[in-house]
Amino acid sequence: MAQVDRQHWDVVVVGAGGAGLRAAIEARERGARTAVICKSLFGKAHTVMAEGGIAASMGNVNEGDNWQVHFRDTMRGGKFLNQWRMAELHAKEAPDRVWELETWGALFDRTPDGRISQRNFGGHEYPRLAHVGDRTGLELIRTLQQKIVQLQQQDFKEFGDYEARLKVFQECTVTRVLKDGEKVSGTFCYERESGRFFVLEAPAVVLATGGIGKSFKTTSNSWEYTGDGHALALLAGAPLLNMEFVQFHPTGMVWPPSVKGILVTESVRGDGGVLRNSDGKRFMFDYVPDVFKEKYAETEAEADRWYDDPDHNRRPPELLPRDEVARAINAEVKAGRGSPHGGVFLDVSTRMPAEKIKRRLPSMYHQFKELADVDITAEPMEVGPTCHYVMGGVAVDSDTAATVGVPGLYAAGEVAGGMHGSNRLGGNSLSDLLVFGRRAGLHAAEHAARATVRPAVDDGQIDAAAAEALAPFHAEDGAENPYTLHQELQQTMNDLVGIIRREGEMQQALGKLRALRVRAARAGVEGHRQFNPGWHLALDLRNMLLVSECVAKAALERTESRGGHTREDCPAMERDWRPVNLVCHPVDPAPADPAADRIRLVRQRTEPIRPDLLALFEKEELVKYLAEEELYE
Amino acid sequence: MTTYDARFRIWRGDADGGELRDFTVEVHDGEVVLDIVHRLQATQAADLAVRWNCKAGKCGSCSAEINGRPRLMCMTRMSTFSREETITVTPLRAFPVVRDLVTDVSFNYAKAREVPAFVPPQGLAPGEYRMQQVDVDRSQEFRKCIECFLCQDTCHVVRDHEENKAAFAGPRFLMRVAELDMHPLDAAEAEGLDRKRTAQEDHGLGYCNITKCCTEVCPEGIKITDNALIPLKERAVDRKYDPLVWLGSKISRRRD
Amino acid sequence: MATGTRPPRPRQLTGVHDTSRAAIAARHLRTDRWWLAPATTAAGLLAFIVYSTWRAFANADYYAAPYVSPFYSPCLAENCVPMKGGPNWEIFGSWWGLSPALLILIFPLGFRLTCYYYRKAYYRGFWASPPACAVAEPHGSYTGETRFPLILQNAHRYFFYLALPVAGILTYDTVLTFRDSTYAWGHMGLGTLIFLVNIVLIWAYTLSCHSCRHVIGGRLRHFSKHPVRYRLWGWVGRLNARHMQLAWASLISVALCDFYVYLLASGAITDPRIF
Repeated sequence: MAQVDRQHWDVVVVGAGGAGLRAAIEARERGARTAVICKSLFGKAHTVMAEGGIAASMGNVNEGDNWQVHFRDTMRGGKFLNQWRMAELHAKEAPDRVWELETWGALFDRTPDGRISQRNFGGHEYPRLAHVGDRTGLELIRTLQQKIVQLQQQDFKEFGDYEARLKVFQECTVTRVLKDGEKVSGTFCYERESGRFFVLEAPAVVLATGGIGKSFKTTSNSWEYTGDGHALALLAGAPLLNMEFVQFHPTGMVWPPSVKGILVTESVRGDGGVLRNSDGKRFMFDYVPDVFKEKYAETEAEADRWYDDPDHNRRPPELLPRDEVARAINAEVKAGRGSPHGGVFLDVSTRMPAEKIKRRLPSMYHQFKELADVDITAEPMEVGPTCHYVMGGVAVDSDTAATVGVPGLYAAGEVAGGMHGSNRLGGNSLSDLLVFGRRAGLHAAEHAARATVRPAVDDGQIDAAAAEALAPFHAEDGAENPYTLHQELQQTMNDLVGIIRREGEMQQALGKLRALRVRAARAGVEGHRQFNPGWHLALDLRNMLLVSECVAKAALERTESRGGHTREDCPAMERDWRPVNLVCHPVDPAPADPAADRIRLVRQRTEPIRPDLLALFEKEELVKYLAEEELYE
Repeated sequence: MTTYDARFRIWRGDADGGELRDFTVEVHDGEVVLDIVHRLQATQAADLAVRWNCKAGKCGSCSAEINGRPRLMCMTRMSTFSREETITVTPLRAFPVVRDLVTDVSFNYAKAREVPAFVPPQGLAPGEYRMQQVDVDRSQEFRKCIECFLCQDTCHVVRDHEENKAAFAGPRFLMRVAELDMHPLDAAEAEGLDRKRTAQEDHGLGYCNITKCCTEVCPEGIKITDNALIPLKERAVDRKYDPLVWLGSKISRRRD
Repeated sequence: MATGTRPPRPRQLTGVHDTSRAAIAARHLRTDRWWLAPATTAAGLLAFIVYSTWRAFANADYYAAPYVSPFYSPCLAENCVPMKGGPNWEIFGSWWGLSPALLILIFPLGFRLTCYYYRKAYYRGFWASPPACAVAEPHGSYTGETRFPLILQNAHRYFFYLALPVAGILTYDTVLTFRDSTYAWGHMGLGTLIFLVNIVLIWAYTLSCHSCRHVIGGRLRHFSKHPVRYRLWGWVGRLNARHMQLAWASLISVALCDFYVYLLASGAITDPRIF
């Protein structure tokens, strides 16, 4: 049996981004001894990359805003596939979550009367995003980090130990969620620095690991986004929901190649930036879909007036939800009207004085200046779609963030599915992290408190997990290079299950994924366990392959286009698909043959939307979205 | 697209020792040093340890020393070097080395814990905070910090004197004290915590001899010395060495 | 110069050669000309020190009506050259036998010696603490400004307060340069121009001081409640960003000023008259 260090905690939070830290704070404040475990250093989570803001209907800039409007925008953005109860809770609780950050020391940009300033964003009817320049994610993560430090300082005063009740295990990876029968009993982890294994025993585990972007070649996501939480949930027996919905952010950098995919914040458009093709035309006016026709300006003049007088003009079409803009850019490039490096032009230089650009978009200015030699105050940026976010994720209970079928396992943030439906609005991510991070922490703490008998950790599971983790060191001759496998996976997903999808290509992708699984079983690494990135990648491959299989299978199944899922062969949004969730279940028991499918796809009918929430919409609008039979219910 | 072979010298080793190793590696247009390190991993040294995350200068993970200067690898473009140059990459030299380019930065996390957190004002509920933009500007500049710890690495107080680590918080965390002291609603003083005084007495502000290397290396362009450290020194003077200010505060007790 | 450093310990035990750090023998790996800046700084400061020491002890050639050398103004001893309407305040009486410059130069010297920019310049240039960023310093231990005597650097603001009247008197001297050598008003010579440039730089340097920035507004917590001081703070802040340049420019201009007076007083040149 492998000798591993074991520690007892009440709640283990996997991931130290916005959702993970918020969950940890809540769990600790509810009295649970809480461990946070993260792959990077504390405070480096991918949340720092969020630029635009936190959506919350505080109504500081436009008093017309309230939770109902926010709820409506969110549902429209998600094309009504959202888990409506989540969207409701999110819209209702987001303002409290933002205000709470101020009491922990966050410093948002201010309105003239001293409140939190709010900015416009795609799909949001009113200025709604609390922000700090274009580095809101950094402010969020730093505030949560400092709140955790404050709690640790409290513990130091009380117990003489900073980590008595809240500890961050940084640069550690979880490879398995351990179970005692049905119930969660802990996590199997390794320290990246030393390669040492350890087990955190706990009756409640919160997954907050973020997304899956690293399975795609062009992505705004960091190396951490390997779908760990998605895979951990599946391997523990919890299903994933609607994995076909992957958001391609319309504006990523396209040049130079080494930075391709890095995000260009939507605030550029929110603050006045416009998209042009190589003819100099503001092409977005040609791409307003029918469901949004009444809400968007038809002429440039009207669009330009909107920035100063939003009450009497309609918003510019550059601010359509992200899926629409990404598709439009894709179409322009395909039609040969793209920029020299295969994107389109995003221009603020002709729209705002240089000083204002530097003040409102400092990190964008910096990013283009430093990485691309482009001065955005003088010339347009070149941008194109980049894989940004996965709307699908672990299926959870709306109120408690509990996963389905695995008591003690919770999921919050990007790793959880449902909240955003088929497409997420900008700014709704940070608020999602806070609202459901808190809920997950709260319910995990309560679950842990209820567990009078701690679930036992089985030695056999530890041994199996250790053997699985060490396998890459024992690869036979002809071992596969994990970096090569990763590159091939990224290319496959990018080309065959990317922004525009076709049935044949997805079939092909599933074949390639099968072949990659077989080869990944032979992935080998050299060197030893101490901080060995090749080994780490070999272990992450399992997760990426599993998640990619889910994405490809679900995308093949859904024969319509909706939000972050666009089928060239089924271009229309079909109302009949509205009440259908696609759920990925793990094949149980896991097949020994790596070529065999690991995922079983199940169609599930969504819960009917509560009538009082439906009543927030005009009948004419609902007709465009809801399936025939839903309208009569 | 142009491609050429660049010469690199990269430190490889761990706490028991190590050396600079030579590599020749392909470079393409527009690449940064981190791209080259990744190419080395993928082609020549799969176990080359390096920390990185966002690759866009936002997370502050890939700090290293390039040709002897503390920098972010993801923000150092290859075009800033000549093709003939041999580029030397080493781990941060102020912190204990773990392996290859990875160092143990726990010093910084320990120091972060020593700075008392923001103290929320009594009697203001969440949502009732009112602050003017001009009053938050200064602290906001400091909150741009991405905690890459390059300033901590370059500061000679600890870089050249291991024994000072116990007493000195380093530029990043002195700046944190300044940030909180300038926060318009921080109620530390009402709770009996004098941040100006603790900056000098608990966090080692006096060790700083304002030689500005922290400002020089800051990838966010924060004016650490001029806007945080010197103002903090002046605030400490207010408390400890200025009888006029001391007398004034005794008489009027007014807080501005 | 007094500092809190002791002779070096064996190198391998400290700093970048500490056993916990990456084993790299070189004290630094910089490939640029990092030594250029501290060397230039040291050379520049040294040149000024030599020149000003000579001039301060000279006790001669500091007045050529209507110009008085800024090194000798105000003149506080009885042994000064009488300057009609000029800065003669004989508060030290007749017992002072040395150069009167020594009485007054203490103030600008103290102001500049404790100045946050000059501190950086001489810590780097003269004391190599550090010589340049990421270049290991040669000292075995370091206590910075935590102890006597360097803790006295905290007195900078008092020297700032004292520098204000000195700058005021130099302004007065500059006004007097609009007289001619017979003390009649309505004159302007090349010297007047030099004095004007000098006094502008002196004021700019003095007001761009970090202590000034702090006193004028930096110490406030709520700028919004003090709009006038906030605006002043903003102006001083913009000047402050150029503190280094102003420090050098005013240092050179004050020396030039003095040198010009020396040339006039020693009869080497005559003052070209503009009107």
